[in-house]
Amino acid sequence: MRSDLLNDLLELTGEHLVLVSIAMALAILIGVPGGIFITRHEGAKKWMLGFASVMQTIPSLALFGFLIPIPFIGGIGKRTVIVALVLYALLPILRNTFVGIMNVDPAVCESAVAMGMTDGQLLRQVQLPLAAQTILAGIRVATVTTIGTATIAAAIGGGGLGVFIFRGVATVDTAQILAGAVPAACMALLADGGLGWIERKLSAA
Amino acid sequence: MPLVEFRDVSYEISGRTILSGVSFSVEAGETLVLLGRSGSGKTTALKMTNGMLFPTAGQVLVEGKSTRDWDPIQLKRHIGYVIQEVGLFPHFTIARNVGLVPTLEGKPDAGRVDRLLDMVGLPAAEYRERYPRQLSGGQRQRAGVARALAAEPPLLLLDEPFGALDPVIRLDLQDQFLKLRKDLNTTSIFVTHDIREAIRIGTRIILLANGKIDWIAPADEFRSADTQEARAFLRGY
Repeated sequence: MRSDLLNDLLELTGEHLVLVSIAMALAILIGVPGGIFITRHEGAKKWMLGFASVMQTIPSLALFGFLIPIPFIGGIGKRTVIVALVLYALLPILRNTFVGIMNVDPAVCESAVAMGMTDGQLLRQVQLPLAAQTILAGIRVATVTTIGTATIAAAIGGGGLGVFIFRGVATVDTAQILAGAVPAACMALLADGGLGWIERKLSAA
Repeated sequence: MPLVEFRDVSYEISGRTILSGVSFSVEAGETLVLLGRSGSGKTTALKMTNGMLFPTAGQVLVEGKSTRDWDPIQLKRHIGYVIQEVGLFPHFTIARNVGLVPTLEGKPDAGRVDRLLDMVGLPAAEYRERYPRQLSGGQRQRAGVARALAAEPPLLLLDEPFGALDPVIRLDLQDQFLKLRKDLNTTSIFVTHDIREAIRIGTRIILLANGKIDWIAPADEFRSADTQEARAFLRGY
């Protein structure tokens, strides 16, 4: 019985980690280039930030409900969960990338242009390095919330630590709930601490 | 052939006229000062010289070629530029800041960077590895001048480069600038609102008022200018 629980714990923690990692990787791959894009295309800014904000306001269970009937990205299981997690994580990453780049000292950008930097050089050599800390802060917030939100995955068969929580709630078993909640909380704290450490490293550089 | 020529240049933005019908030329070796109040169009004229802005009428020629016909990146790398806020990159060392344009051109030259730092009064051995935040305002501006000179540009544009510095450091840097001009025989367009600085630094002065040339004279004859605007400036001299 004991070792059963331990096995479950390891397996579900691993599953949780995989869900969060895939979702965060996708969210960063979409959010950072998206944030850069809207610093250069004023017109796209409103609707992209608007879309990401609206996604955040939809309750997670409702979002699953909306996603399940959609072909290719929907259905029951991990894929739907990952899509939902990406949609949630997008806003802080998108917004912080945009804000971080826009907050780079205009005199620095002006002199970069006046020195004859191309737009790509301005971005890679000046804006991204100077915005890195802000962008990372967005990724950090998104990661911590995603670890928490991913517990809902169990509701549509996506697995993860939420399995314990849902099982515990259904059987009024506090130990089961804790078996899901405590590792999730630890994971969130570790992610927060680790990314915070990198952030401080960047600010010291 | 003049190094720079403004031919009947006007600039309008959202219905407001910033410059109208301005013509002048800059010969190699001179320091042309654009003097004027804020809003007189002097910075706009400067930015048109390296293609940061383009005239809405007339044309600006650099080395005989319209700025519109230059490759915009090449034109900017060809001309040194110093702004009041300096705009050093805070995450680059002083040496990397100064060597920026040669590096962008794929021709980094550490030896020249060191020589330039020495020349502007920032001994390379001491300053090359520092970051801009570790320098005083005057030192940062010296680094800004060194950066503008790094690619051996035939022309230097300076937009109130010493405007934010205290009077003593300002005089120091003016002296340094005069010395650089003598040593390197640089050609510059220098924007300022300070008539003392204009007369001290310039070989020729153009007074701009409301986007038009109000008076143009060699620096040592500028004191005899007698338009209303010129008298207003000379009152402070």
